[in-house]
Amino acid sequence: MNNRNIVLFIGGLLFGFGLAWGGMAKPEIVLSFLQLKDYGLILLMGAASLSAFVAINIVPKFVSKPVLGGEFKPRTRTLSRNTILGAIIFGIGWGLSGLCPGSSLASLGDGPFLQRLIQRFA
Amino acid sequence: MFPLGIYPYIIGGLIIGIGVALVFIMTGQHATQSSFFSSTLSYFSKLPYFQRKTYLDTREWRLYFAAGVTLGAAIYASTFSLDGFWTTKVQLWRIIIGGFLVGFGTRLSSGCTSGHGISGVASLSTTSLYAVITFILFGIVSAQIVRFLGVLP
Repeated sequence: MNNRNIVLFIGGLLFGFGLAWGGMAKPEIVLSFLQLKDYGLILLMGAASLSAFVAINIVPKFVSKPVLGGEFKPRTRTLSRNTILGAIIFGIGWGLSGLCPGSSLASLGDGPFLQRLIQRFA
Repeated sequence: MFPLGIYPYIIGGLIIGIGVALVFIMTGQHATQSSFFSSTLSYFSKLPYFQRKTYLDTREWRLYFAAGVTLGAAIYASTFSLDGFWTTKVQLWRIIIGGFLVGFGTRLSSGCTSGHGISGVASLSTTSLYAVITFILFGIVSAQIVRFLGVLP
């Protein structure tokens, strides 16, 4: 495992830990936001964006390149019909299931899957 | 507005953001989620869609990142969490159909709740902002219709 992959793994640990702490791996919590009963998801997304904002926009003004080398890659996405059409399809599936890509990966860790695996083999 | 309090959301969000920030400062990469599924399929499928350069270049670290996400959630459930591991009452058919739409939609849109919602918004991308507004609006409409039809939770 090289240094980059170690950093990515630790970043993933933090991401999954925070996501689980905020309850967002649970479909019920996400659904309670989409049913307008609990607005916590906006707080979580805002807090996450704020700390990411500092790293993405302010750090590169003082540091010329990433600590492990390479370059700071801007996240470039051009607005197209597919951006919106895809977001509509994603939104419908999100409202149906209460799951998104990140939360489904985290839910493998703190949800029924791992629990049953442990019960079977422990 | 916040029946479970605000602190879990703010603390959880900050930890997620610190993870994204750490990855960006150390490697220059945006630690986002939905591309993981396509980039991992590039190991198995020869379809040109999966063999594109952006997936081949990032598929290795995306595996480490995804493993971290799953393990991080497992660590939370077995340490700090008051309820431990959870189960869901959402019906399997909703998870299967929803999962298909989420996978297809996030790839068509080139981003999900983390790619558009966290990294995109943090990058002040208007494209991502439009995507976030769209998927939240349609998520609300979809969830309300499901509830209106009497399907719970």
